[in-house]
Amino acid sequence: METLTFRFEHGQRRLKATSELVGVVSSGNLEVLIENAVLNGACAIEVKTAARGFGAIWEAVMQDFQQRWQLADTRISINDMGATPAVVSLRLDQAVEAMVEEDR
Amino acid sequence: MSASYLEATARERLLAVLDADSFSELLPPAQRVVSPHLGQLDAPVSFDDGVIVGEGKLGGRAVMAAAQEGGFMGGAVGEVHGAKLVGLLRRAVVKQAAGVILLLETGGVRLHEANAGLIAVSEVMRAVLETRAAGIPVIVLVGGANGCFGGMGIVARCANTVIMSEEGRLAMSGPEVIETANGVEEFDSRDRALVWRTTGGKHRYLTGDCQQLVSDDTEAFRAAAIAALDQAGDAQLTLAALEAEQEMLRRRIATFGHADDPMDIWAELGVARPETVPMLEAEAFTTMAQAHRIVSPA
Amino acid sequence: MTATTTPGQVDWRTLAQTLFPQGHQISEQEHFLSGTAQVDGHTVTVVGTTGHTPIGIEIALAQATAILDTVRNHPGRAIVILVDTQGQRLRHRDEMLGINSYMAHLGKCVELARREGHRVIGLVYDQALSGGFITSGLIADACYALPDATIRVMGLPAMARITKVPEERLTELAKSNPVFAPGPENYLRMGGVAEIWSGDLAQAMRQALAAGGNTDVRAALGRERGGRQWAQRVIDAVAHDAPLNG
Repeated sequence: METLTFRFEHGQRRLKATSELVGVVSSGNLEVLIENAVLNGACAIEVKTAARGFGAIWEAVMQDFQQRWQLADTRISINDMGATPAVVSLRLDQAVEAMVEEDR
Repeated sequence: MSASYLEATARERLLAVLDADSFSELLPPAQRVVSPHLGQLDAPVSFDDGVIVGEGKLGGRAVMAAAQEGGFMGGAVGEVHGAKLVGLLRRAVVKQAAGVILLLETGGVRLHEANAGLIAVSEVMRAVLETRAAGIPVIVLVGGANGCFGGMGIVARCANTVIMSEEGRLAMSGPEVIETANGVEEFDSRDRALVWRTTGGKHRYLTGDCQQLVSDDTEAFRAAAIAALDQAGDAQLTLAALEAEQEMLRRRIATFGHADDPMDIWAELGVARPETVPMLEAEAFTTMAQAHRIVSPA
Repeated sequence: MTATTTPGQVDWRTLAQTLFPQGHQISEQEHFLSGTAQVDGHTVTVVGTTGHTPIGIEIALAQATAILDTVRNHPGRAIVILVDTQGQRLRHRDEMLGINSYMAHLGKCVELARREGHRVIGLVYDQALSGGFITSGLIADACYALPDATIRVMGLPAMARITKVPEERLTELAKSNPVFAPGPENYLRMGGVAEIWSGDLAQAMRQALAAGGNTDVRAALGRERGGRQWAQRVIDAVAHDAPLNG
């Protein structure tokens, strides 16, 4: 297992005060836990992944994600079992969307 | 709203089966109560250790409910996963819940946690029986892709009611394990039709190991669970009920012990064209089965 | 201590004499043991298996029958389950006929006996593999073991195939890691086994039968003994909203 961390300062967008989980830790998939955190406006992301050596790709995915959402005071924790970058981005977006939905 | 139970995640199933907006999770993922053992095998963890437990309502009545996530470790039971289920079953007694609903999808003991997993499954088994002893019915739903196997296949039959879809499987040892131990002649694990004839919902319904057979639809599972809760009656074990069950199991061996194939059993039960059983839709199958199936005390 | 007939197998007859010096009326039929024995002037039911036999639907039902007979005909009589098995029988026929139901039925009979005031104990005297004793020894009020017994979930080759963890790694872990090692000491530490019997086995039997307690305390034992740090904690958190770090 490999652990990767990312931190983006000066976010803009705050999410609702709760936590949400999307995804499942199955082969080719991942789970994303997203919650509020007091981080001085930052967005902190921790990834635990079964697939080693893909740091640069995770970096790129996270940069794109931050460009899209610019989250502030948000903690994201990921358990990954070899998902593709496309699936990772999808789950991240689903996680954020779960935090902005007012009604289900 | 209609949706495939098979294709849904555990969370989706739970929310669809229970009354809308009634579910409140215990030890939610944000608390990160993960497996203490998977790390040493360099295996990933899951924030809920593969099982969601909590309180909710079913048909307006307060219940405890759990759903195993088959995608994580095959839904298999480790130390934390098992303890969540045991805690839920005990909470049902503390809170005097109307029932416990268990959405099971699992290979049984989580081999990555070996000894701890075995004791955990054993504790779940005793907890189910303890909860029943307190007069609270336990209702099991089986309809996921991994089926309900191993020690949990035994736990399912410790419950008051088992509800299955045709897609669901309920057994003890998986076909692959049997084939590895005793050869492809003994059980060809790649013969899907045979696997489902042997362990699938329709066979279990006909032979008395399943009380309701529904279509692969979260709405259908929900309706069946509500009906099971309504009709629960006395949840406790009694000598009379176990004697009746023992007699049923004795007769099962006497009557069907020589069958080569489950279809022989269906024919023996009086099913007119047993080869058409796999083709029937849930409702048509259930109607046909009434005249032939073994009705068991659960 | 106990003589062996075949290398690596415990002779149940020699064991029975040691466990029940006041006498026993246990007989064997194709590796299935049943009968009675005398302990402290009382008669107890004895049921179990020998010869590392696999447990199929017939033996599961036979054990359940003996237990229900005891409940029906002998109020208060204790039940001793002697465990030696290679696990559940791995045959298509057993699955077709619903071996999980036979196992569950056996477990329910043990539970009924408990409810009706019968003390039920299990003793792993040789081998125990999961499916072979999960609804007998492991569902008893307490499960005991002899020091040389092996208790395991599955053979290592099969485990390696299913988990995709290399067999060498599992073998390594099985040497010393409590989660994988097959010795009764690990089950003791985890709370799965109440006590390991050595020395005066008849005395251990007397004491085990005289002991009380019919609630499942294994998770608490596991925490107390350090073998399972999380089970009881999680149970309390879910059942009673207890704080996790309590």
